[in-house]
Amino acid sequence: MSEQSNELADLVGQDHAATGHEYAAGFVTEIEADTLPPGLDEQVVRAISAKKDEPSWMTQWRLDALRRWQRMPTPRWAHVQFPDIDFQSISYFSAPKGTAPTSLDEVDPEVLRTYEKLGIPLHERAALAGVEAPADTTSNVAVDAIFDSVSVATTFKERLAEAGVIFCSMSEAIREHPDLVRKYLGSVVPKPDNFYAALNSAVFSDGSFVYVPKNTRCPMELSTIFRINEKNTGQFERTLIIADEGAYVSYLEGCTAPMRDDNQLHAAVVELVALTDAEIKYSTVQNWYPGDDEGNGGIYNFVTKRGACLGDRSKISWTQVETGSAITWKYPSVILRGADSVGEFYSVALTRNLQQADTGTKMTHIGPRTKSTIVSKGISAGRSQNSYRGRVRMNPGAKGARNYTQCDSLLIGDSCGAHTFPYIESKLPTAVIEHEATTSRVSEEQLFLCQQRGIDPEKAVAMIVNGFCRDVFRTLPMEFAVEAAKLLEVSLEGAVG
Amino acid sequence: MSLLHIENLHVDVAGQPILTGIDLTVAAGEVHAVMGPNGSGKSTLANVLAGRPGYDITEGSVTVDGEDITPLSPEERSLRGLFLAFQYPIEIPGVSNMEFLKAAVDAHAAGRGEDPPSAVDFVKRARACAARLELNPDFLKRGVNDGFSGGEKKRNEILQMLVLEPRLAVLDETDSGLDIDALQVVANGINAFRGNGNAVVLVTHYQRLLNYVVPERVHVLADGRIVHSGDSSVALQLEERGYGWLDG
Repeated sequence: MSEQSNELADLVGQDHAATGHEYAAGFVTEIEADTLPPGLDEQVVRAISAKKDEPSWMTQWRLDALRRWQRMPTPRWAHVQFPDIDFQSISYFSAPKGTAPTSLDEVDPEVLRTYEKLGIPLHERAALAGVEAPADTTSNVAVDAIFDSVSVATTFKERLAEAGVIFCSMSEAIREHPDLVRKYLGSVVPKPDNFYAALNSAVFSDGSFVYVPKNTRCPMELSTIFRINEKNTGQFERTLIIADEGAYVSYLEGCTAPMRDDNQLHAAVVELVALTDAEIKYSTVQNWYPGDDEGNGGIYNFVTKRGACLGDRSKISWTQVETGSAITWKYPSVILRGADSVGEFYSVALTRNLQQADTGTKMTHIGPRTKSTIVSKGISAGRSQNSYRGRVRMNPGAKGARNYTQCDSLLIGDSCGAHTFPYIESKLPTAVIEHEATTSRVSEEQLFLCQQRGIDPEKAVAMIVNGFCRDVFRTLPMEFAVEAAKLLEVSLEGAVG
Repeated sequence: MSLLHIENLHVDVAGQPILTGIDLTVAAGEVHAVMGPNGSGKSTLANVLAGRPGYDITEGSVTVDGEDITPLSPEERSLRGLFLAFQYPIEIPGVSNMEFLKAAVDAHAAGRGEDPPSAVDFVKRARACAARLELNPDFLKRGVNDGFSGGEKKRNEILQMLVLEPRLAVLDETDSGLDIDALQVVANGINAFRGNGNAVVLVTHYQRLLNYVVPERVHVLADGRIVHSGDSSVALQLEERGYGWLDG
């Protein structure tokens, strides 16, 4: 260990409280909430379903999921460590008190202010904060805002309806579009898929639903902003996006939570369905509260995300920028069923302090000439552990299939870890599978070059890390690319001191 | 007053004495060459001036414009006008030259208490400097030194020097790895820069750069000390007779 590296480690290890760069989204909103008491059994599932006025097929669907979940063991295979979760101590439903709002005017002003504070004004004429657009232009992002367990507002519904696009909360979709929901819910992520997916299927409270009709290009970016507010509450949202033949949609997801000393569980399920010639682009900027310097508190982010390219020439593209959560455990995946379908996964995962991330993707090639691309950038600082876990499977029928995987890790300091777990399962001798992996450090030389040019070390590290992530950031919609770069910088400012 | 003043400078690297008593004074408007065989301490001198970690000053002093710079961090030295052109420029993949230069120029503006230049002004200036070094504007969009040839890396160092307009430029073997055409371009860049109240220290093993950039003074380093100083003819003598000439 050279003296220089120690110096860099010192920098990284410095207490970030001194820098004033706290977790900016860490405030709590004081509102009255309608929260179910902790615990999970059939009664609780029936209560959730009743609160949401669900038809009986939905109630039965949930109960089936609950029964399956009750027989499943807790999975332990990920490269993360945490104490056993007591699922009976969690409350499975929380909503701002009062009747469900039917328009923005009826939403609790405290809730609206929460989103404004987060930089996401829900007024339709306000631009998404952080976007350097002229003040007089209207936002071209429609937002579904999820507060604890329920959707509190969906903007631009009328303009979307003109194009035939359905964008609403999952609760509304169950009531208004039961045929689509019954056909596709659980079709990509079946109820017993895994422990947390089964749990979600039983208790999911709300989420977003999108349907883009045939040969329609969704006229704006769609976005869901998740906010966990209530204490001891799990958030279990369910998102379902269907792109019909020849349709295109770009969807963005952002997440924040208050700073709390206890861990909170977030177990979402996202299902994407792309029919013939359809394309879905799904981008996530995840900034759940990561816990403090000593690893107290923070969100357990155990999420199942999967897309199915059902139709020929369909395409699903996942981009994620993960900076938050105490533990992240997610693998946005694509099932490539249609001939010539394309799956993509672009990921930036930044961990610092005592954060743990085990994230990656699964690409399952079934149809002929299917193609997948995986670009994963992991950045570890502090005492964090950052793992890439990916599986590429080539089925015998996937003639002419190709995969390209690039997996880069960047280490800052000498107390963190980067791990790569690639799984390649090929039942097709002619499949082309490429895997490239690198591990590097923010080197003393790079830092010294920047300093010699007058750039302070903190800015230098942010610039170097942003450069490292460039390949992923360029796949994000522009508004989010700017946000993502900023978020990374803020997260690193905390980390580098 | 001298711009750079080094007195009795002793430097250890990893506990080994490398420089053992350097005295050197460079006035504003001057170019000095520091020559010497491999291992004589030339690069150590360049690096210690810039404040590179791992180079420990055990004795002596270094002042720039009368200020002792030894307690300053590398970035503070940069903001006071000290520039080092690296012998082995490092890559920063994904960070474009333009972005990197802008961050540096903004840091210098902030150091002077000024607002950063507008994007338009900055781009104009960067392009003009690139043109002086016969660099294609696309060069500015490429990642810092990423995939550059040896010659391109060295030209990039001079580009950064022209954009930042330092008070004291220390060029560490900028001529190595350059073909004759590139050498001339780099020399033209240095000549356009020199004067104007700044000073240049050229650290070089060979005399050939000095054909194009004629220094006011040449110093010969051996075993960590300056063993000979003279005018530009010293370089020619070294070229003819080798470093052994000074042993006798």
